Amino acid sequence: MSASCSVDLTPAEKVLERYPAEEASLIQVLQDVHRAYNYLPCEVLVRVAETLHVPLAKVFSVGTFYKAFSLTPQGRTIVKVCTGTACHIRGAVQLLDELCRQLNVEPGGTTPDLGFTVKTVNCVGACAMAPVLIVDETYYGNAAAAKVGKYLKGSGGKADAN
Amino acid sequence: MRIESPAAFAEFRKSAQAKLAQRRAEVLVCCGTGCLANGAAAVAEAFAATLDGSATEVKTFTKRTGCHGFCERGPLVVLRPAGILYTKVKPRDVKEIVDKTLKGGTVIPRLLYKEPTSGQRIEHYQEVPFYKHQTRVAMRRIGHIDPTDFEDAIAHGAYGGLVKALGMTPEEVLREVEISGLRGRGGAGFSTARKWRSCRNAKGERKFVLCNGDEGDPGAFKDRSIMEGDPHSVLEGMIIGGWAIGAHEGIIYVRDEYPLAVVNLTLAIQQARDAGLVGQNILGSGFAFDIRISRGGGAFVCGESSALMRSLEGKVGEPRAKYVHATDRGLYDLPTVLNNVETWADVGAILEHGGAWFAAMGTTKSKGTKAFSLVGKVKNTGLIELPMGMTLRQIIYDIGGGVLNDRPFKAVQTGGPSGGCVPEALLDLPVDYEKLTEAGSMMGSGGMIVMDDRTCMVDVARYFLKFLTEESCGKCVPCREGLHQMLAMFDDLVAGRGKPGDIERIERLSRGMQLGSLCELGKSAPNPVISTLRYFRDEYVAHLERRECPAGICRDLTTYEIMPETCDGCHACFKACPVEAITGKVKELHVIHQDKCIACGACYDACPTQAIRFLPKHQLAARGVA
Ligand SMILES: Cc1cc2nc3c(=O)[nH]c(=O)nc-3n(C[C@H](O)[C@H](O)[C@H](O)COP(=O)(O)O)c2cc1C
Ligand code: SF4
Ligand code: FES
Repeated sequence: MSASCSVDLTPAEKVLERYPAEEASLIQVLQDVHRAYNYLPCEVLVRVAETLHVPLAKVFSVGTFYKAFSLTPQGRTIVKVCTGTACHIRGAVQLLDELCRQLNVEPGGTTPDLGFTVKTVNCVGACAMAPVLIVDETYYGNAAAAKVGKYLKGSGGKADAN
Repeated sequence: MRIESPAAFAEFRKSAQAKLAQRRAEVLVCCGTGCLANGAAAVAEAFAATLDGSATEVKTFTKRTGCHGFCERGPLVVLRPAGILYTKVKPRDVKEIVDKTLKGGTVIPRLLYKEPTSGQRIEHYQEVPFYKHQTRVAMRRIGHIDPTDFEDAIAHGAYGGLVKALGMTPEEVLREVEISGLRGRGGAGFSTARKWRSCRNAKGERKFVLCNGDEGDPGAFKDRSIMEGDPHSVLEGMIIGGWAIGAHEGIIYVRDEYPLAVVNLTLAIQQARDAGLVGQNILGSGFAFDIRISRGGGAFVCGESSALMRSLEGKVGEPRAKYVHATDRGLYDLPTVLNNVETWADVGAILEHGGAWFAAMGTTKSKGTKAFSLVGKVKNTGLIELPMGMTLRQIIYDIGGGVLNDRPFKAVQTGGPSGGCVPEALLDLPVDYEKLTEAGSMMGSGGMIVMDDRTCMVDVARYFLKFLTEESCGKCVPCREGLHQMLAMFDDLVAGRGKPGDIERIERLSRGMQLGSLCELGKSAPNPVISTLRYFRDEYVAHLERRECPAGICRDLTTYEIMPETCDGCHACFKACPVEAITGKVKELHVIHQDKCIACGACYDACPTQAIRFLPKHQLAARGVA
C-alpha cells in the first residue's frame, strides 16, 4: 500500500465533508470518491474508514461487493457491451468476444496502457437496436463483430492496441 | 411558489392548462434511451432552432418527452393536436416537417408508419397497431409531457390523486387501494393494500416508504422509462402511500446505471418541494412527507427487499431470512413498505379515478394494466402497457408485429432470471400472475423476450445461470455452490462434454436449491432451467447425447459451410465475418475456411440467398474436413 502513497487525498476530503460521519453514508461516499478518482485507491479507502468510523475491512467488503466500484484504475475510454437478455439472443457474446480479442483483455479488464476498459452492462434500454455497444457516451446499435475496430477508432483510447 | 390548499391547487392546475391551450401546436420529440441512441437529441435541437424564429407565427413548441415506447421506429416525433406520428425522423427532415405539416397543414407520407402487410400509411399514432391495443395507466403521461416541466405535469393531471387522498382518511385511502386489487409490479405480485395495512398496524412512530427502482432484470427497462419520463407519478404514489400508512419519510433506490432517472427525479423532488407537495404541511393538510434518492451500487440482489434495505443502511446487500417482515422490521428495523416503481405510479391514478375503475380492467385475480418491455426477436421492439389478460399471441403478433424476419416463433421469456420460457403451444395463454406461474414462468418485473428458432434454449438457461452466478451474494451454500456446480454442468453441455445422467443431476440440484436457499434469488434461480427442461427437453438431449445444437448457436458443436449451388458471390458474408475466415471475390463462389472460423454465425445471418447452412461439427469431422 505504501508503494503508491502518492494519491492526493484532497478530492476525497471534499466528498467526506458533504456527508454525515456514519456507516449509512458509506456507499454514497464511495460512489462520489469513485467518480473523483475513476477508481477506489487504497489510501482513500483508509481515509474513508477513519472518517466514517467504519472498520477498514467493512469498507473493503462494500468496495468489492458492488459492481459500481473498481479497486484498480480504469481506462481512459470505457467500452461497454450490453449483455442483457435481448442483446444476448441477438449476438452480444460474439461482439464481446471480438472486442476482447482485439484489445487483448478479459471482460472487466483494462489494457496495460490504460487506454480502454471493457465492461459488460445489463439492458441499457435500447433493446430495439440490440446488440448494443457503447463507447464512452456513444451508442452503436445493431453492432456487428466485424465492425468493432471501427467503433473503437475515433475514441480517445487509441484503437490500435493489438 | 407554494400551493397552500386544495383550492389553490385547482387554481394552479387551471392556469397551467390555460397556458398549454394557448399553444397552437406542440412537437413532441421522444427522448427515451432508444431514440436518443438513434439521434433524437439532434432532431429536438433542429426543431427548437427552426421554430424559435417563427414561434410567434405558428405558436408551436418543441417538447423533449420520455419514451413513447415504439423504440423500433425511432426517433419518433408526434405533432399535437393532430396526433400525427412521424417515425425515423432525421434532423434534415425537420425543415420539411415545419414547412409542410406545421405551416402548410399537409402530411409527409414518407415519414408515416407503414403497415407492413397492407403497405398502408397510417397518420394518427393511436391508429398504429402498436399503440391501438394498449391501455396506459402507470405510463399515462409519458410521451405527452416534458418530464422536467412541473406545470406540464400538473396540467396533465399529476397530483390530482394526492389532492383526493388528502381529503380522505388514511383508512379510506387503504380501502380504495384494496378495491383496486392492485398487486406489486416488481415481482411476486403481493397485494399492495395488504402490505400497506400490515405496516399501518405495525407499532412505531417512525416508518418508511421505499421505492424499488433497482430494475435488475437484464431485459427490462420499464421502471427506467417511468422514472425518466414521468418522475412525478412516482412521487405522488409515495406521498399517498405515506399518508395511508402514517409514514413521513420516503426513499427511492435507483439503479446505478440510470443517471438520467436520478437527474429527473432529483429535479422533480425539488419542484414538488417548492410547490409544497413534498415537505411540511402538504397542501395545508398538516401532513408532512419528505423524499430523497439513494443510488444503488450495481448488484442484482439489492433488488430483493431485505438486501435493498441493508444497502440503504450502507452495508453489503445480503438478504435476511423471511420470517421477519419488513412491514414490522425493515429499514433500520423500523416498519417499512417497499413497492416497485410501476406500483407507485399506479397509485396516483387509482386515487384519481377510483379503485373500481382500475379493477374493471384485467382478470379475476390480476387487476389493471401491466407494463412490459417487448424485446428480442420481435418486429416492433418497444415499451408497452396493456390490460392484464391479453394473450401472448395478441401481444407478440398484434402489438409486436410478429417474429423478426418472419422466422418461426420458439418461445417467449418472462420474469427475468427468476422466470421461464413459454413455448408456442401456450401462445393463447392470457397474461396474468396466475397463468404465467402455472406455465412455469412468472410475471416478474416486465421483461418479455421473444425467441425464434435461432435461439438455443440450453444457451438461454446457461445465460441466466451465468448471470446469477455472478450476482449471488454468496451468503448461503445452496445458492452460491449450487449455481456454480450447475453452471459447470451447462458449460459441459454446450461444449459437448456432457456426461450421462447430467440432466437428472441438474434436476436434483434444482430441487435442492429451491428448498435450501435463503432468499428468492437462490430459490428461483433454477426456474429458467426447469422451464426449458419442461418444454424443450429434446434440445438438452441433443446437446448431451448427440453433441448437437439444433439452433446452431453453441459454437463448439456447430460449423458453417457455403452451399456452392446457391452462392451468387454477393460478398455479404465476407464483410460480416469478424475473423476473415471467408475468401472469395465478388460474383465468385465464396468459401469458409474452417481453421479460422469461430462459428459465430454472422455470415449465416448476413447471407441474403440462404446459401450458408450450419451443421453439427461432428458431421464435418466425419467427412474429414476439420
Ligand atoms: C433477487 C431479487 C431481485 C429483485 N429485483 C427487483 C427489482 O429490481 N425491482 C423490483 O421492483 N423488485 C425486485 N424484486 C422484488 C422485491 O423483492 C419486492 O418484492 C418488490 O420490490 C416489492 O414491490 P411490489 O410489491 O410493488 O412488487 C426482486 C426480488 C428478488 C428476490
Ligand atoms: S439465496 Fe443466494 S442471493 Fe439469496 S441469500 Fe443465499 S446466497 Fe445470497
Ligand atoms: S438487452 Fe441490451 S439494450 Fe436491452
